[in-house]
Amino acid sequence: MSVTVRIPTQLRSLSGNASEVQVEAATVSEALKALESAHPGFAERLFDDTGGLRRFVNVFLADEDIRFLQGVDSPVTDGQTLSIVPAVAGG
Amino acid sequence: MANVLGLRCRECGREYAAAPIFTCEWCFGPLEVAYDYDAITASVSREKIAAGPLTLWRYADMLPVAPDSAVDLGTGFTPLVRADRLAAELGLGEVWLKNDTRNPTNSFKDRVTSVALSKALEFGFKVAACASTGNLANSVAAHAARAGMRSYVFIPSDLEQGKIVTTAVYGGNLVAINGNYDDVNRLCAELASIYEWAFVNVNMRPYYAEGSKTLAFETAEQLGWSVPDHVVVPVASGSLLTKIRKGFDELYKVGLLDEEPHVRVSGAQALGCSPVAKAFIEKADTIRPVKPDTIAKSLAIGNPADGYFALDVVRTTGGAFATVTDDEIVEGIRLLARTEGIFAETAGGVTVATLKKLAAEGVVRSDERVVVYITGHGLKTIEAVSPTTGPTATIAPTLDAFHEAFDIEES
Repeated sequence: MSVTVRIPTQLRSLSGNASEVQVEAATVSEALKALESAHPGFAERLFDDTGGLRRFVNVFLADEDIRFLQGVDSPVTDGQTLSIVPAVAGG
Repeated sequence: MANVLGLRCRECGREYAAAPIFTCEWCFGPLEVAYDYDAITASVSREKIAAGPLTLWRYADMLPVAPDSAVDLGTGFTPLVRADRLAAELGLGEVWLKNDTRNPTNSFKDRVTSVALSKALEFGFKVAACASTGNLANSVAAHAARAGMRSYVFIPSDLEQGKIVTTAVYGGNLVAINGNYDDVNRLCAELASIYEWAFVNVNMRPYYAEGSKTLAFETAEQLGWSVPDHVVVPVASGSLLTKIRKGFDELYKVGLLDEEPHVRVSGAQALGCSPVAKAFIEKADTIRPVKPDTIAKSLAIGNPADGYFALDVVRTTGGAFATVTDDEIVEGIRLLARTEGIFAETAGGVTVATLKKLAAEGVVRSDERVVVYITGHGLKTIEAVSPTTGPTATIAPTLDAFHEAFDIEES
């Protein structure tokens, strides 16, 4: 499955300034691992010491928060977009 | 500002210079203003505060902005009123209401907006913006008008009329989004990375949030420089609750309180949007976002930015959370109006209904001095009570008609 990962401004120094990266993956977790393989440095920014997503990192699959799906185990389909949105503000 | 050291990440502690930024570039945790408390201690006193204006700017020494550049509509120093009739109804003892419906745009949001836009002018911004559930929309539009700034205010399109009209009247750009608040918020995060605008609750959020501390400052001053045993606070993003606690702690830190405060902090959420309360009740470590479905639209944030911090405050201070249904919210509004003569919006209904529930559960006790935060005016959400509230009788203009409708014994 080819997936587009949208990279937030704060992390573009890791992706050679690219705002989008194409990866091959069957789940969100695999997509984020593929991102780390292509551009080392993402994993330590996105995941905490226990291997879980940092609590202020939000990941959206086709505009849906993955916490409403199956989290990092959510399956992805060909052509979908995965967005990394660091830190909600608001309120 | 001499009293401000900079910004600090609340998650990992990394430090940054004071700038219009809101998130740690390493771990994405939220940034908070770091103060030089020794400098504040040296400059602040009860007498100096008492001689200050009857607004939140009397506490300027403890805010991250210079008061001479304040965007000020006269916000703050709202009444703290004793609520004996409400207390009696709920079986409680000493209950006080902090009536923040009495701010310029009738909600506590004037506190945060006044601080945020003052800081925005300091940074040189020309445009004010926000993502809002309604009250902030009113406040940002009004303060932007006052400051001569252009404004872009983003709201969910299904907000109450009483919040749409009262924002649009100030003449800025009001953008209604087909989506819920969390959708609006996400769009604003993206816009904030493109446009050089002062989004009060995005890139200005570290400063904005500090405005809420003034609710604690005023409460303590109005209680004769002492603190309540227990406070009940509505929770949307969780920022207000967190900052009220911080406010009490800071008063002690800078020498304005004689004794270290131990205030129990309880949170109020509507059942239809209760991600933080649910985590508390289920003793969970993670807060799962929800899709809101409640009449308390001003509290309808499904992905609360400060949820973890609010949860921590409630747990560590020995407070609790309760959730209330839409019917209980309406009853809460009516209970407050009927017993104390204060008409609150739905968030106030949530807070009063939560107080009632926590009192019945014995969490809020009759031997405690309790302060309840009423954060917005009822005229903003009149739809909540209008279906069940109206004239007692509609009659012809005759004595007979009156006597037919009312069997009156007293004269």
